[in-house]
Amino acid sequence: MNTETRELPMTLEPRANYLNDGHSIRSWLLTTDHKRIGLLYMVSITLFFFVGGAAAALMRLELLRPQGGLVTSALYNKLFTMHGVIMVWFFLIPSIPTVLGNFLIPLMIGARDVAFPRLNLVSWYLFIAGGAFALWAIIAGGVDTGWTFYTPYSSTYANGHVLAMAAGIFIAGFGSIATGLNFIVTIHKMRAPGLTWFRLPLFIWTIYTTSLILVLATPVLAITLTLMALERLFGVGIFNPAMGGDPLLFQHLFWFYSHPAVYIMILPGMGVVSELIPCFARKPMFGYRFVAYATITIGVFGFLVWGHHMFVSSQSVYAGMIFSILSFLVSIPSAIKVFNWTATLYKGSITFQTPMLYAFGFIGLFTIGGLTGLFLAALAVDVHLHDTYFVIAHFHYIMVGGAVMGYLGGLHFWWPKITGRLYCEGLAKLAAVTIFAGFNLTFFPQFILGFLGMPRRYPVYAPEFQVLNVLSTAGASILAIGYLLPLAYLLWSLRYGKPAGANPWQATGLEWKTASPPPRDNFANAPVVTEKPYNYDAQAAELALEETSHV
Amino acid sequence: MSDPAIAHAAQFDNASQQRESSTFGMWIFLATEILFFGAMFLGYTAYRVAYPAAFAAASRHTLLAFGATNTAVLLISSATMAFAVRAAREKRRTALALRLFATAALGILFLGIKGFEYAHEISEHLLPGASFHFEPSYGGHAEMFFYLYFLMTGVHAFHVTIGVVLIAICGFRAWRTDAFARNDTALDLLGLYWHFVDIVWVFLFPLIYLVERHS
Repeated sequence: MNTETRELPMTLEPRANYLNDGHSIRSWLLTTDHKRIGLLYMVSITLFFFVGGAAAALMRLELLRPQGGLVTSALYNKLFTMHGVIMVWFFLIPSIPTVLGNFLIPLMIGARDVAFPRLNLVSWYLFIAGGAFALWAIIAGGVDTGWTFYTPYSSTYANGHVLAMAAGIFIAGFGSIATGLNFIVTIHKMRAPGLTWFRLPLFIWTIYTTSLILVLATPVLAITLTLMALERLFGVGIFNPAMGGDPLLFQHLFWFYSHPAVYIMILPGMGVVSELIPCFARKPMFGYRFVAYATITIGVFGFLVWGHHMFVSSQSVYAGMIFSILSFLVSIPSAIKVFNWTATLYKGSITFQTPMLYAFGFIGLFTIGGLTGLFLAALAVDVHLHDTYFVIAHFHYIMVGGAVMGYLGGLHFWWPKITGRLYCEGLAKLAAVTIFAGFNLTFFPQFILGFLGMPRRYPVYAPEFQVLNVLSTAGASILAIGYLLPLAYLLWSLRYGKPAGANPWQATGLEWKTASPPPRDNFANAPVVTEKPYNYDAQAAELALEETSHV
Repeated sequence: MSDPAIAHAAQFDNASQQRESSTFGMWIFLATEILFFGAMFLGYTAYRVAYPAAFAAASRHTLLAFGATNTAVLLISSATMAFAVRAAREKRRTALALRLFATAALGILFLGIKGFEYAHEISEHLLPGASFHFEPSYGGHAEMFFYLYFLMTGVHAFHVTIGVVLIAICGFRAWRTDAFARNDTALDLLGLYWHFVDIVWVFLFPLIYLVERHS
């Protein structure tokens, strides 16, 4: 993109940037800089990621032996609840939007900050307050309802600290709503001159759609959890059969939020991949408009398929048919994206740097996750597969294979921009391959386990499932190493990494036109955009390849 | 009057961009509010369709005259709010303060009447829970109606309370300072919020008080 920003000379002199703009704790905790708030989120969600991961590690250890014995059944219930709640609400949903989104949206659209910087900081405090409630609920004794909080497990028959956990999710939810609101207004009103909707990076399109889902779905979760809490407190409520209420209504309301929440988690990952593929194939995005429209379409369809979680829950069979058809339809825009990414790769000058490895991982794993979703969307097949490990494997291919791969790919892609430093490429590639291998070894056996009929959420299982469970646990160990590696070398790079320069990947996009790390106000001169996005030049590709291979 | 082009936050290019952004943000907030209330309206619809007789019988125990009065009170308060926004635009500071105080007073009157109704219903054993008492033939279904009644009007009253507090604060600021002469966006946003609260009541009133009340 041609811009009128001044290229800052790369020097070793400490230059004024957002990181050295104040060093006190106060300058971080009271910051309204979107870049610093992004880093606050990064630190917080990393903590939650390892808390949720620890719960998963204990579960996998318990499942090494058919008869279990490591933890009690009651504790196992609490472990999978804790894993689900922490990973969904305190890692996956905030991950790409609040870390990379916060950092990149103003940079990508050529703005000085988001529209409401103070509200942005409030969002983080709401997230932390919600997280504190959730952690307190865990420390005080845990919750055993599953992350879905189905009534009456969570109301009439609840054990444990359901109310504290629900309060945590409720509070963090308002943080999500505020973030979504902020991003929508920012993307609508703060774009640089010349940056029309169809010149926006696809990352912005996905964050925009994600934000729409956040503001429209999260309030439904908030009121649903409130209703559940009232029922738990006072014994009366609309899900209570004693008053003529229907517990299935809770499931409808819960999934009206939680199915769109799947797209909150995966769409930003798709956005990251849409940035990585053109950059490392040195080609413009194939079918840019189709990918943009597919993003919106996924967001809209995402609101219409919640009933596929209730195929075996006494929902009307006709409703089931409609939800089944609509669920199949979601595969069309998803497939459009996968085909467009692969078409972008076709005849590209592809290099295999770390972010690109994650992008490749994303495409393959997301495709498997998506295709196995079609099995589950089929009414008759779902009767067999419902509540088995097949479901676990399916959504982990989307959530971990898709969303986490996307987050890590994005983190590695923009790390030089965020910190101004390069990480050790060799170790980073090793970590990417380790994560890919560990992930597949963990979750592919679970497809087979589920297909053979092993139900989810039990600490014990039939002995014939042991081999596959041992494979899965072995994979989880490899995966854990893969996740600890980036923690080590990324922290190492902060101090010892080589200076990155403004644009180490020779990427297009406004965020690469400013210095790394960017100055407090992002751009020395207000940028003006005159060209399409992903304007990678086929002629310059080989030259860029030469340059980047020396990095 | 100071130049409106000067007063804008650092992240914006000019005051009109700030005004558009703030107003747009408020509309998005109201969209989330609609979804927040939406789940309760869904619950109401589901059970009213399922138990029409119990809902009709329970509805007859609500105080129609008080509900109708409260509807009038809120509609008038929306009018005074609209006049307040107009006064702000015309930079009439005293009129602005008085109209905001009138709006807040009507909001308090609404809450008072609502509180009287609640007291009456609790004394009639219509509050769901252990002390709930109703014709046994309707069983728990009438209790469901009153649960939804207390829940929805309660959440609405909570929104009214927030509105009253904010309107009163703005009233005092308008009375003491000329803060709104420079920038009256906040009053626009407050007006949008107050009209939203009013519209929610316009839907609540028939759903609660007018269920087949023709006998």
